[in-house]
Amino acid sequence: MGDAAVYWEDYEIGDDIPTFERKTDMMHWNRYAAVNDEFVYIHMDADYAKSTGQPDVFGMGNLRLAYLHNMLRNWIGEAGDIKRLGCQYRALNFREDVLTARGRITNKYEEDGNHLLDLDIWVENQKGENTCPGTATVCLPSRQT
Amino acid sequence: MADTYITEDIRKWLDVERDVMVSPPISESDIRKWAIAVYWPETPPKKYWDAEYARTSRWGGIVAPEEFNPFAWPIERQETVRLGGDIGKEPGKRVLNGGSEAHYYTPMRPGDVIRSGTKLVEVYEKTGRLGIMMFLINETTWTNQNGEAVKVDRKTNIRY
Repeated sequence: MGDAAVYWEDYEIGDDIPTFERKTDMMHWNRYAAVNDEFVYIHMDADYAKSTGQPDVFGMGNLRLAYLHNMLRNWIGEAGDIKRLGCQYRALNFREDVLTARGRITNKYEEDGNHLLDLDIWVENQKGENTCPGTATVCLPSRQT
Repeated sequence: MADTYITEDIRKWLDVERDVMVSPPISESDIRKWAIAVYWPETPPKKYWDAEYARTSRWGGIVAPEEFNPFAWPIERQETVRLGGDIGKEPGKRVLNGGSEAHYYTPMRPGDVIRSGTKLVEVYEKTGRLGIMMFLINETTWTNQNGEAVKVDRKTNIRY
Protein backbone atom coordinates (compact mmCIF):
# COMPACT_ATOMS: atom_id res chain seq x y z
CA MET A 1 0.00 0.00 0.00
CA GLY A 2 1.06 3.58 -0.42
CA ASP A 3 3.68 3.03 -3.12
CA ALA A 4 1.47 1.10 -5.51
CA ALA A 5 -1.01 3.95 -5.96
CA VAL A 6 -4.17 3.28 -7.91
CA TYR A 7 -5.30 6.03 -10.26
CA TRP A 8 -8.73 7.28 -11.16
CA GLU A 9 -8.00 6.85 -14.89
CA ASP A 10 -7.43 3.10 -14.41
CA TYR A 11 -11.07 2.35 -13.56
CA GLU A 12 -14.30 2.31 -15.52
CA ILE A 13 -17.95 1.92 -14.67
CA GLY A 14 -18.72 -1.77 -14.18
CA ASP A 15 -15.25 -2.71 -12.89
CA ASP A 16 -15.05 -4.90 -9.79
CA ILE A 17 -12.54 -3.96 -7.09
CA PRO A 18 -10.43 -6.41 -5.02
CA THR A 19 -12.46 -8.22 -2.36
CA PHE A 20 -11.83 -8.46 1.40
CA GLU A 21 -12.60 -11.83 2.98
CA ARG A 22 -12.93 -13.08 6.54
CA LYS A 23 -14.19 -16.30 8.09
CA THR A 24 -15.62 -14.89 11.30
CA ASP A 25 -16.20 -16.30 14.77
CA MET A 26 -15.86 -15.32 18.43
CA MET A 27 -12.17 -14.38 17.99
CA HIS A 28 -13.18 -11.57 15.65
CA TRP A 29 -16.37 -10.59 17.48
CA ASN A 30 -14.87 -10.51 20.98
CA ARG A 31 -11.99 -8.35 19.81
CA TYR A 32 -14.45 -5.98 18.15
CA ALA A 33 -16.66 -5.94 21.26
CA ALA A 34 -13.59 -5.02 23.30
CA VAL A 35 -12.72 -1.95 21.24
CA ASN A 36 -16.27 -0.77 20.55
CA ASP A 37 -17.58 -1.61 24.05
CA GLU A 38 -20.24 -3.71 22.33
CA PHE A 39 -20.95 -6.42 24.88
CA VAL A 40 -24.43 -7.54 23.97
CA TYR A 41 -25.84 -10.97 24.94
CA ILE A 42 -27.03 -11.81 21.41
CA HIS A 43 -23.39 -11.52 20.26
CA MET A 44 -21.78 -13.37 23.18
CA ASP A 45 -24.09 -15.93 24.79
CA ALA A 46 -25.50 -18.74 22.65
CA ASP A 47 -28.09 -19.73 25.32
CA TYR A 48 -29.42 -16.20 25.36
CA ALA A 49 -29.44 -15.93 21.55
CA LYS A 50 -31.42 -19.21 21.33
CA SER A 51 -33.91 -17.93 23.90
CA THR A 52 -34.72 -15.08 21.50
CA GLY A 53 -35.39 -17.51 18.64
CA GLN A 54 -32.04 -17.23 16.87
CA PRO A 55 -30.12 -20.43 16.03
CA ASP A 56 -26.91 -19.11 17.63
CA VAL A 57 -24.97 -15.96 18.53
CA PHE A 58 -24.25 -13.65 15.60
CA GLY A 59 -21.70 -10.98 14.74
CA MET A 60 -21.93 -7.22 15.03
CA GLY A 61 -23.23 -5.22 12.07
CA ASN A 62 -20.57 -2.62 12.86
CA LEU A 63 -17.81 -5.15 12.19
CA ARG A 64 -19.19 -5.78 8.70
CA LEU A 65 -19.23 -2.00 8.25
CA ALA A 66 -15.52 -2.03 9.18
CA TYR A 67 -14.88 -4.83 6.63
CA LEU A 68 -16.43 -2.66 3.90
CA HIS A 69 -14.04 0.14 4.92
CA ASN A 70 -11.10 -2.33 4.95
CA MET A 71 -11.93 -3.45 1.42
CA LEU A 72 -11.94 0.14 0.15
CA ARG A 73 -8.78 1.11 2.07
CA ASN A 74 -6.82 -1.94 0.86
CA TRP A 75 -7.77 -1.06 -2.70
CA ILE A 76 -7.25 2.73 -2.76
CA GLY A 77 -4.08 2.71 -0.65
CA GLU A 78 -2.79 5.77 1.14
CA ALA A 79 -3.24 8.20 -1.74
CA GLY A 80 -7.01 7.73 -1.88
CA ASP A 81 -9.81 8.75 0.48
CA ILE A 82 -13.16 7.30 1.41
CA LYS A 83 -15.55 10.26 1.08
CA ARG A 84 -18.82 8.49 1.80
CA LEU A 85 -20.00 5.04 2.86
CA GLY A 86 -23.48 3.78 3.66
CA CYS A 87 -25.09 0.38 4.10
CA GLN A 88 -28.10 -1.53 5.38
CA TYR A 89 -28.17 -4.82 7.28
CA ARG A 90 -30.27 -7.50 5.58
CA ALA A 91 -29.04 -10.81 7.04
CA LEU A 92 -27.18 -11.94 10.14
CA ASN A 93 -23.54 -13.08 10.34
CA PHE A 94 -23.31 -16.45 12.10
CA ARG A 95 -20.27 -18.34 13.41
CA GLU A 96 -17.90 -19.67 10.73
CA ASP A 97 -19.59 -17.65 8.00
CA VAL A 98 -17.19 -16.73 5.23
CA LEU A 99 -17.85 -13.05 4.53
CA THR A 100 -16.66 -11.45 1.32
CA ALA A 101 -16.83 -7.68 0.97
CA ARG A 102 -17.25 -6.72 -2.69
CA GLY A 103 -17.48 -3.52 -4.69
CA ARG A 104 -18.37 -2.50 -8.25
CA ILE A 105 -17.92 0.94 -9.79
CA THR A 106 -21.18 2.63 -10.77
CA ASN A 107 -20.09 6.18 -11.62
CA LYS A 108 -16.90 8.06 -12.54
CA TYR A 109 -16.77 11.85 -12.42
CA GLU A 110 -14.90 15.00 -11.42
CA GLU A 111 -16.25 17.44 -8.86
CA ASP A 112 -14.52 20.50 -7.37
CA GLY A 113 -11.18 19.23 -8.68
CA ASN A 114 -11.65 15.80 -7.07
CA HIS A 115 -11.52 12.60 -9.11
CA LEU A 116 -14.34 10.47 -7.76
CA LEU A 117 -15.78 7.00 -8.18
CA ASP A 118 -19.14 5.82 -6.84
CA LEU A 119 -19.53 2.15 -6.01
CA ASP A 120 -22.10 -0.41 -5.05
CA ILE A 121 -20.60 -2.28 -2.11
CA TRP A 122 -21.87 -5.31 -0.25
CA VAL A 123 -20.95 -8.18 2.07
CA GLU A 124 -21.78 -11.64 0.77
CA ASN A 125 -21.78 -14.83 2.82
CA GLN A 126 -20.72 -18.32 1.66
CA LYS A 127 -24.29 -18.98 0.45
CA GLY A 128 -24.05 -16.01 -1.90
CA GLU A 129 -26.54 -13.99 0.18
CA ASN A 130 -26.09 -10.22 0.15
CA THR A 131 -26.08 -9.55 3.91
CA CYS A 132 -25.24 -5.88 3.74
CA PRO A 133 -25.87 -3.82 0.58
CA GLY A 134 -24.49 -0.29 0.41
CA THR A 135 -22.88 2.44 -1.64
CA ALA A 136 -19.68 4.45 -1.33
CA THR A 137 -17.72 7.26 -2.94
CA VAL A 138 -13.92 7.32 -3.07
CA CYS A 139 -11.50 10.01 -4.21
CA LEU A 140 -8.43 8.77 -6.10
CA PRO A 141 -5.31 10.52 -7.35
CA SER A 142 -5.32 11.41 -11.04
CA ARG A 143 -2.43 10.83 -13.44
CA GLN A 144 -2.98 14.40 -14.67
CA THR A 145 -2.32 16.13 -11.34
CA MET B 1 -54.80 2.13 15.67
CA ALA B 2 -53.43 5.63 15.23
CA ASP B 3 -53.53 7.06 11.69
CA THR B 4 -50.09 8.60 12.16
CA TYR B 5 -47.09 8.01 14.40
CA ILE B 6 -45.71 11.50 13.81
CA THR B 7 -46.68 13.14 17.07
CA GLU B 8 -46.21 16.77 18.13
CA ASP B 9 -43.47 15.53 20.45
CA ILE B 10 -41.55 14.13 17.47
CA ARG B 11 -42.11 17.27 15.36
CA LYS B 12 -40.74 19.51 18.07
CA TRP B 13 -37.37 17.74 17.75
CA LEU B 14 -37.01 18.63 14.05
CA ASP B 15 -33.70 20.51 13.55
CA VAL B 16 -33.09 20.66 17.31
CA GLU B 17 -29.66 19.44 18.41
CA ARG B 18 -29.82 16.71 21.05
CA ASP B 19 -27.70 13.92 22.56
CA VAL B 20 -24.57 16.10 22.67
CA MET B 21 -21.49 14.13 23.73
CA VAL B 22 -17.81 14.99 24.04
CA SER B 23 -15.30 12.16 23.76
CA PRO B 24 -12.26 11.66 25.95
CA PRO B 25 -9.02 12.49 24.09
CA ILE B 26 -8.25 9.80 21.52
CA SER B 27 -5.04 7.90 22.32
CA GLU B 28 -2.61 6.14 19.98
CA SER B 29 -3.42 2.92 21.80
CA ASP B 30 -7.17 3.31 21.18
CA ILE B 31 -6.44 3.55 17.46
CA ARG B 32 -3.96 0.66 17.48
CA LYS B 33 -6.38 -1.68 19.25
CA TRP B 34 -9.28 -0.69 16.97
CA ALA B 35 -7.14 -1.39 13.89
CA ILE B 36 -6.04 -4.79 15.26
CA ALA B 37 -9.66 -5.74 15.96
CA VAL B 38 -11.08 -4.80 12.56
CA TYR B 39 -8.20 -6.27 10.53
CA TRP B 40 -7.87 -9.40 12.73
CA PRO B 41 -6.03 -11.76 12.15
CA GLU B 42 -4.02 -9.71 9.62
CA THR B 43 -1.51 -7.05 10.73
CA PRO B 44 -3.25 -3.69 10.30
CA PRO B 45 -1.78 -0.93 8.08
CA LYS B 46 1.20 0.87 9.63
CA LYS B 47 -0.44 4.30 9.44
CA TYR B 48 -2.66 3.22 12.38
CA TRP B 49 0.13 2.15 14.79
CA ASP B 50 3.66 3.06 13.64
CA ALA B 51 4.25 6.72 14.60
CA GLU B 52 7.58 6.92 12.80
CA TYR B 53 6.14 5.55 9.58
CA ALA B 54 3.03 7.72 9.91
CA ARG B 55 5.16 10.88 10.23
CA THR B 56 6.40 10.34 6.68
CA SER B 57 2.90 9.71 5.32
CA ARG B 58 0.66 12.37 3.74
CA TRP B 59 -1.07 12.82 7.11
CA GLY B 60 2.17 13.56 8.99
CA GLY B 61 1.15 11.31 11.88
CA ILE B 62 -1.10 8.49 13.02
CA VAL B 63 -4.75 8.77 11.96
CA ALA B 64 -7.74 6.68 12.98
CA PRO B 65 -9.68 4.40 10.63
CA GLU B 66 -12.73 6.26 9.28
CA GLU B 67 -15.18 4.09 11.25
CA PHE B 68 -13.30 4.49 14.58
CA ASN B 69 -15.59 5.22 17.54
CA PRO B 70 -14.05 7.62 20.11
CA PHE B 71 -17.19 7.39 22.27
CA ALA B 72 -16.71 3.74 23.24
CA TRP B 73 -16.24 3.04 26.97
CA PRO B 74 -17.98 6.02 28.60
CA ILE B 75 -17.73 6.28 32.39
CA GLU B 76 -21.45 6.97 32.57
CA ARG B 77 -23.98 5.85 29.99
CA GLN B 78 -25.78 8.91 28.70
CA GLU B 79 -29.54 8.66 28.26
CA THR B 80 -30.44 9.44 24.67
CA VAL B 81 -33.75 10.82 23.46
CA ARG B 82 -35.81 7.95 21.98
CA LEU B 83 -38.09 9.52 19.39
CA GLY B 84 -41.37 7.62 19.31
CA GLY B 85 -41.03 6.45 22.91
CA ASP B 86 -40.14 3.03 24.26
CA ILE B 87 -39.68 0.04 21.99
CA GLY B 88 -42.29 -2.71 22.22
CA LYS B 89 -44.28 -5.27 20.26
CA GLU B 90 -47.32 -3.08 19.55
CA PRO B 91 -47.83 -1.09 16.31
CA GLY B 92 -45.71 2.06 16.34
CA LYS B 93 -43.35 0.62 18.95
CA ARG B 94 -41.65 -1.86 16.66
CA VAL B 95 -38.36 -0.72 15.15
CA LEU B 96 -36.21 -1.51 12.13
CA ASN B 97 -32.72 -0.25 11.41
CA GLY B 98 -32.99 1.40 7.99
CA GLY B 99 -29.24 1.75 7.59
CA SER B 100 -26.81 4.63 7.70
CA GLU B 101 -24.64 6.73 5.44
CA ALA B 102 -21.51 8.56 6.61
CA HIS B 103 -19.64 11.40 4.92
CA TYR B 104 -16.02 11.72 6.04
CA TYR B 105 -13.98 14.92 6.27
CA THR B 106 -10.91 15.61 8.48
CA PRO B 107 -9.46 12.36 9.89
CA MET B 108 -9.34 11.72 13.65
CA ARG B 109 -5.88 11.76 15.25
CA PRO B 110 -4.37 10.98 18.65
CA GLY B 111 -5.17 13.82 21.07
CA ASP B 112 -8.41 14.78 19.30
CA VAL B 113 -11.50 15.45 21.39
CA ILE B 114 -14.60 14.79 19.34
CA ARG B 115 -17.96 16.47 19.89
CA SER B 116 -21.09 14.74 18.66
CA GLY B 117 -24.53 16.25 18.21
CA THR B 118 -27.63 14.71 16.65
CA LYS B 119 -30.61 16.30 14.90
CA LEU B 120 -33.80 14.90 13.49
CA VAL B 121 -33.63 16.29 9.94
CA GLU B 122 -36.60 14.56 8.31
CA VAL B 123 -39.64 12.52 9.28
CA TYR B 124 -42.20 10.95 6.93
CA GLU B 125 -44.56 8.01 6.69
CA LYS B 126 -45.42 5.37 4.12
CA THR B 127 -48.14 2.76 4.28
CA GLY B 128 -47.16 -0.73 3.25
CA ARG B 129 -47.67 -4.38 3.98
CA LEU B 130 -46.79 -3.81 7.65
CA GLY B 131 -49.20 -0.87 7.98
CA ILE B 132 -47.97 2.64 8.68
CA MET B 133 -44.21 2.96 8.67
CA MET B 134 -42.57 6.08 10.07
CA PHE B 135 -39.10 6.96 8.81
CA LEU B 136 -36.97 9.08 11.16
CA ILE B 137 -33.84 10.49 9.54
CA ASN B 138 -31.30 11.55 12.16
CA GLU B 139 -28.05 13.32 11.32
CA THR B 140 -25.13 13.03 13.73
CA THR B 141 -22.27 15.50 13.24
CA TRP B 142 -18.81 14.99 14.71
CA THR B 143 -16.39 17.91 15.00
CA ASN B 144 -12.89 18.01 16.49
CA GLN B 145 -11.45 20.45 19.05
CA ASN B 146 -10.59 22.87 16.22
CA GLY B 147 -14.19 22.98 15.06
CA GLU B 148 -13.38 20.99 11.90
CA ALA B 149 -15.99 18.57 10.61
CA VAL B 150 -14.92 14.93 11.01
CA LYS B 151 -18.01 13.01 10.00
CA VAL B 152 -21.70 13.47 9.27
CA ASP B 153 -23.71 10.28 9.66
CA ARG B 154 -27.33 10.00 8.48
CA LYS B 155 -29.19 7.14 10.09
CA THR B 156 -32.67 5.93 9.17
CA ASN B 157 -34.80 4.50 11.95
CA ILE B 158 -38.11 2.92 11.05
CA ARG B 159 -41.10 2.53 13.37
CA TYR B 160 -44.08 0.42 12.40
